[in-house]
Amino acid sequence: MTSTLTISHLTKSFGGVKALSDVSLHVAAGERVALLGHNGAGKSTLMKVILGLIAADSGEISVCGAAPGGAAARAKVAYLPENATFHSALTGLEQITYYLRLRGENTSEAMALLEKVGLGHAAKRRIGTYSKGMRQRVGLAQTLIGHPDLLVLDEPTSGLDPVSRRDFYALLDRLAAEGAAILLSSHALTEVEARTDRLLILSGGQMVATGSLPDLRREAALPVAMHVTARKGYDADILAALPNAIRVGGALHLTCSQEDKLGTLAQISGLKNKVTDIDVIPPSLEDIYSHFSRRDGQ
Amino acid sequence: MIARIVATAITEAHIARRNLWVLIAVVLMVVFSLVLSAVGSAPSGGLGADRLSITVASLTSLSVYLVPLVALLMSFDAVAGEVERGTLPLLLTYPVARWEILAGKLVAHTGILVVALVAGYGAAALIAVVGDPAAAAGVGALWRLTWTSALLGATFLGIGYALSSLARRASGAAGLAIGLWLGLVVLYDLALLAAVVADDGGIFTTQFFPAALLANPADAFRLFNLTASQATAAATGIGAAAASIALWQSLVSVLCWPLVALGLATLAFRKVQP
Ligand SMILES: Nc1ncnc2c1ncn2[C@@H]1O[C@H](COP(=O)(O)OP(=O)(O)OP(=O)(O)O)[C@@H](O)[C@H]1O
Ligand SMILES: [Mg+2]
Repeated sequence: MTSTLTISHLTKSFGGVKALSDVSLHVAAGERVALLGHNGAGKSTLMKVILGLIAADSGEISVCGAAPGGAAARAKVAYLPENATFHSALTGLEQITYYLRLRGENTSEAMALLEKVGLGHAAKRRIGTYSKGMRQRVGLAQTLIGHPDLLVLDEPTSGLDPVSRRDFYALLDRLAAEGAAILLSSHALTEVEARTDRLLILSGGQMVATGSLPDLRREAALPVAMHVTARKGYDADILAALPNAIRVGGALHLTCSQEDKLGTLAQISGLKNKVTDIDVIPPSLEDIYSHFSRRDGQ
Repeated sequence: MIARIVATAITEAHIARRNLWVLIAVVLMVVFSLVLSAVGSAPSGGLGADRLSITVASLTSLSVYLVPLVALLMSFDAVAGEVERGTLPLLLTYPVARWEILAGKLVAHTGILVVALVAGYGAAALIAVVGDPAAAAGVGALWRLTWTSALLGATFLGIGYALSSLARRASGAAGLAIGLWLGLVVLYDLALLAAVVADDGGIFTTQFFPAALLANPADAFRLFNLTASQATAAATGIGAAAASIALWQSLVSVLCWPLVALGLATLAFRKVQP
């Protein structure tokens, strides 16, 4: 597996504030990686370091085999800043044409790029007249220029409506299939879960977890909840058999650790003529995320 | 490299057109040139020169103030505005060097200045030629004034970019630009004049004064145009000392300043952290 982006032991502080400490990660070609973390966790800072906009204090970074921010790296990397802004006097078409020229690409592609992000109808209007989501889409359009090897996207779906989000992830899938490495940050856990290969969780500038969702679920070892519905009149029998169950409304709720899950299920199925239904509820994405992303004082 | 400079220049031209900078610059130059030629036409022919040459002499005095002012007004926002709008980080992740960005802006803004200069000087020249058939003799002086004005404008555009990079906020950059304009174009000459008077033909007047004039792009511009048309003594109060400066010296200053200014601007821009 070839790594498009490799970072080892990266540290960056602003004055006294440690924005990133000892962060290591890699993103392979064709991989979609999501960067999660609370506000101020250091996601945007990490991305700016990858792009060479901010110099790291220490650590090693290799972007497409080159140093971050160098001409070779910049030619292969596309970036979407958080809150992408553009000159309000330019039209979407002029702005994208400018970016195409800077990358030495054919300017006739500008319209096709804008149509790809659903801005074809507004291409000749000034960006000053665009809505927030439309500006975000201009930002997305410019990341598609010239088949980048690495896309660094800072909250790409913020401000996009649900349909546009789906289109955006479809676009990402295609780019990844063509071999692009993608690193994106997000606060939208559910869409990230479904649409990326791996999660990285930053907390207070430290990388606290990395892996696919099943990996993280296993690592977090959060308790599993079970909701048991008893046959009429057998509540008391079941409560006696499962001492840690509690009655909530019409159902009986209990939790157990991951290791005890099968044992507990076997125990419940032993009561099968007294039970009408059972739901097994794995820890939610939010539970897993907050397990890793705990902050002091929160 | 050229393609990226041109790309930035085209984009800046779009912006300047929409922000009415083209219109403002043209109107300013035309209005001031016409006012000047109306005022200057009163003693026409009295000096034994053709009317166009006289117009050019008064346009030179006007341009020393006006061209730097317009150039600084167009440029003070160039970097600080991008920083404030938040457009700079994305731009700097593109494969374009910082000096190329500034050079692109310089090409576009200089182009706009040239349009304004041609319109303003052209209008004034037209009036002179219509009023005096012998005025064709002054065409050389007019051409010289036009290209030196463009270089003077490019110099102050570069200086404006440097201030814009140093200030990082548009409001701060505007203040710096006004201060610099007052300093270089108005106070500098007053200070030199005072020093020359106090020195009364001493070492300062003979040694430092010529160098001081050449070091200031606005003074070098005036000196070059007036020396070339042999009108030094008539048009400047400090002409006697200035007459000792050879034409090639002021020419070198006029030609080098735009490059020096772009170099300074690039140095300042490199220090800007997005
Ligand atoms: N230019 C700067 N100067 C000083 N401190 C900074 C600077 N940029 C970021 N920081 C600090 O670094 C930390 C990380 O900020 P960063 O913007 O990377 O967070 P984030 O994870 O992107 O948050 P969000 O989810 O809100 O976008 C914060 O404590 C922030 O205050
Ligand atoms: Mg952020």
